[in-house]
Amino acid sequence: MRADQILFPTDAGLYCPKGGFHIDPVRPVERALITHGHSDHARYGHGAVMATQQTLEIMRLRMGTDHAGSEQVADGRMRIGDVDVSFHPAGHVLGSAQIAVTAGGCRIVVSGDYTRAANPTCVPFEPVPCDVFVTEATFGLPVFRFPDPATQVAKLIASMAEFPDRPHLIGAYALGKAQHVISLMREAGYDAPIAIHGALKVLCDYYAAQGVELGELIPATADEVPAQLVIAPPSAFASLWVQRFRDPVIGFASGWMAVRARARQRGVELPLIISDHVDWPMLTGTLTELAPSEVWVTHGTEDGVIRWCELAQIPARPLRLVGYEDEAEE
Amino acid sequence: MKAFAALLERLAFTAARNAKLQLLQHYLEATPDPDRGWALAALTGDLELRRVTPSLLRGLAAERIDDQLLALSYDFVGDLAETIALIWPEGAQDDPPLSQAVELLQTTGKAALPGAIAAMLDRLGPSERLAFLKLATGNLRVGLSARMARMALAGMGTPAVADLEEIWHGLSPPYAPLFGWIGGGARPESAALAPFRPVMLSTPTDLDELRALDPAAYVAEWKWDGIRVQAVSDGGVKRLYSRTGEDISHAFPDVVDAMDFDGTADGELIVRRQGEVAPFGDLQKRLNRKSVGKGLLASHPAGLRLYDLLIWEGRDLRPLPLVERRAVLEAVGFGERIDVSPRLDFAGWDDLAALRADPPAAVIEGVMIKRRDSAYVSGRPRGPWFKWKRDPMVVDAVLIYAQRGHGKRSGFHSDFTFGLWAGDELVPVGKAYFGFTDAELRELDKFVRANTTERFGPVRALAPKLVVEVAFEGLNRSTRHKSGVAMRFPRISRIRWDKPAAEADRLETLEAML
Repeated sequence: MRADQILFPTDAGLYCPKGGFHIDPVRPVERALITHGHSDHARYGHGAVMATQQTLEIMRLRMGTDHAGSEQVADGRMRIGDVDVSFHPAGHVLGSAQIAVTAGGCRIVVSGDYTRAANPTCVPFEPVPCDVFVTEATFGLPVFRFPDPATQVAKLIASMAEFPDRPHLIGAYALGKAQHVISLMREAGYDAPIAIHGALKVLCDYYAAQGVELGELIPATADEVPAQLVIAPPSAFASLWVQRFRDPVIGFASGWMAVRARARQRGVELPLIISDHVDWPMLTGTLTELAPSEVWVTHGTEDGVIRWCELAQIPARPLRLVGYEDEAEE
Repeated sequence: MKAFAALLERLAFTAARNAKLQLLQHYLEATPDPDRGWALAALTGDLELRRVTPSLLRGLAAERIDDQLLALSYDFVGDLAETIALIWPEGAQDDPPLSQAVELLQTTGKAALPGAIAAMLDRLGPSERLAFLKLATGNLRVGLSARMARMALAGMGTPAVADLEEIWHGLSPPYAPLFGWIGGGARPESAALAPFRPVMLSTPTDLDELRALDPAAYVAEWKWDGIRVQAVSDGGVKRLYSRTGEDISHAFPDVVDAMDFDGTADGELIVRRQGEVAPFGDLQKRLNRKSVGKGLLASHPAGLRLYDLLIWEGRDLRPLPLVERRAVLEAVGFGERIDVSPRLDFAGWDDLAALRADPPAAVIEGVMIKRRDSAYVSGRPRGPWFKWKRDPMVVDAVLIYAQRGHGKRSGFHSDFTFGLWAGDELVPVGKAYFGFTDAELRELDKFVRANTTERFGPVRALAPKLVVEVAFEGLNRSTRHKSGVAMRFPRISRIRWDKPAAEADRLETLEAML
């Protein structure tokens, strides 16, 4: 059976007619399979939602218990309509999964957002043999080669020592990145309390309850915040909240910080290259390892990945899905 | 190389001057010779290296990376050196000293250069590759002046900024004797001719302060609206320095040619036509140029108006009283491009106030008042010299845009664009980001948030409601501004919460002040 009859892009997102479901639809649909809880992938108002236990819990925390008509936990190999479906860890954030769809002897793996880098806050990516691999291309250019995140927290710790009187405010998205940065700091031996913006509390509590070591977190809401390190969603830097800090060093943890012009655009003083996406070597390495007979490229800089596939003689095409952001803006 | 690359990265993203100084000082303290000297020279633009061209870099990259991927990457990154630093195949991540990179760029011949650069890139990690390529293309762009470098050096040890200024022009990279001095060794003896001498500065004053002083103990002269310079002619070497010790001779060959004396003189650099000092805007056309064409030399002839002598024909006059130095100065004939700033005749402070209120030329920006017995000392001592500037010009303008600040002003809208009425439209006439107190900044920020009509990234367009009194020191015609005029040192002197926007000044009012 032809792969592009099993799954194809529609205005609402990737659609599987034989199973009657969409994957990560960008508008409300009857039946949605969700790879992970970032708001551009997990949206409100579907009829039925299937996702991992953790993703469903995250969706409830963020959107309320009524976010969908019904929920079903993805578990093992499942039959939906005329197709087989299974979920496999993607290494991106807590609960994140790749979704394998098999019909007529053809298996398509939709990776969602994924990374191959070690991340202390979630289960690592599981390579799943497949005929078609659907990859993101957020950082799909050879200029993206992320350093060991330990070097980036070392940079943060050095800056905190260089400017001991200045609070360090690090922008990090509420789901995944914030907890990733905190746990990297803990791994580096930083054991002072870390202050978090109110918007991060619910998810940090959830991560801690799931057994992720985040150490002592205190609210960054008082007039005087007794911590030198403060983690906040990037949008907080434009709000009145930031005015309570005297002469802060503003940082941002993102793969985009690898490119100076992007960091300048953000008005960042301390760019930290910490990403939950695959960089170029991880992306191309994954394609080499899985050796699918075809690659479909979703959101990001598709052109770079398609060119690489051309050089590697793997058939590839862009899906041109719309509605997904560069790096999940919360 | 790793430490230098880390410093460059921090400097590139740090806007605050004090933070920059601190980063530089700590780097200089922690880095051994000669690397710190090379780094200092590279940062201040005093390092002469072979310039590597973009086409050489493109050629190197093309040997290792697919053309299409390179082109896509360059489109995305927007900077060739950065693209190549990021895309270069990962190498040894070695940490060679900066001096090795400098030596490579100083001594490698043209034919061997591409190979040598590639071999160096193979040894480095990504940040170090970028630092190396920026060094090689002569494009560090970290906004560090020689003056800031001297301030960082002064933070490290005993020699003060003025001590460093005095020997600066006799030094060359990697400055081993300088660092030796800072570390407690001997002061380097500057062998260079025509050195810069630290300048004496004045403090602002007003009539209330002056009334307590005896006018007979002071002399006065006009305060000219040019730029303060030190003109040095020493054993045939002639140099023109700004008051912070930057050598600006290359932009003023006409002045340097006319410096037919042997000594160190203090005065004002001006543009002068038929004996009349031209407005500051004319001088500005001559500033910050690497070289100057014949046309500009003829249309904007520069000259000096001197008011003091530090050294004259081998004799150091600085310890002498001002009136004795002036006597030497006034006895010299300098020719037509250089003259002496005349002394003002006044009996009491009210006489001087009357002179200040009605100066004979628009280019005069107040009066200078100096103690007759003052020695010439470096720095800004309070007492011997005063500047009594004319009152600033003011207009009432309407705030139309606001931008968020950085560092201490993070989260506050602190940079304002203001406009004046032209017909029923507000035309932007300038920007101001100081003049208000911290409490007023909070009020202004509150106003901005409550009156935003549109947002463009960090900039907000405002409902035209709030009038501010803007004070400024002068006004030039400008083709770069929509309004056709540019203010000097504009600041918000008062917030007019009481005044309706419709009653703010009109553009014609400002034009009439030209």
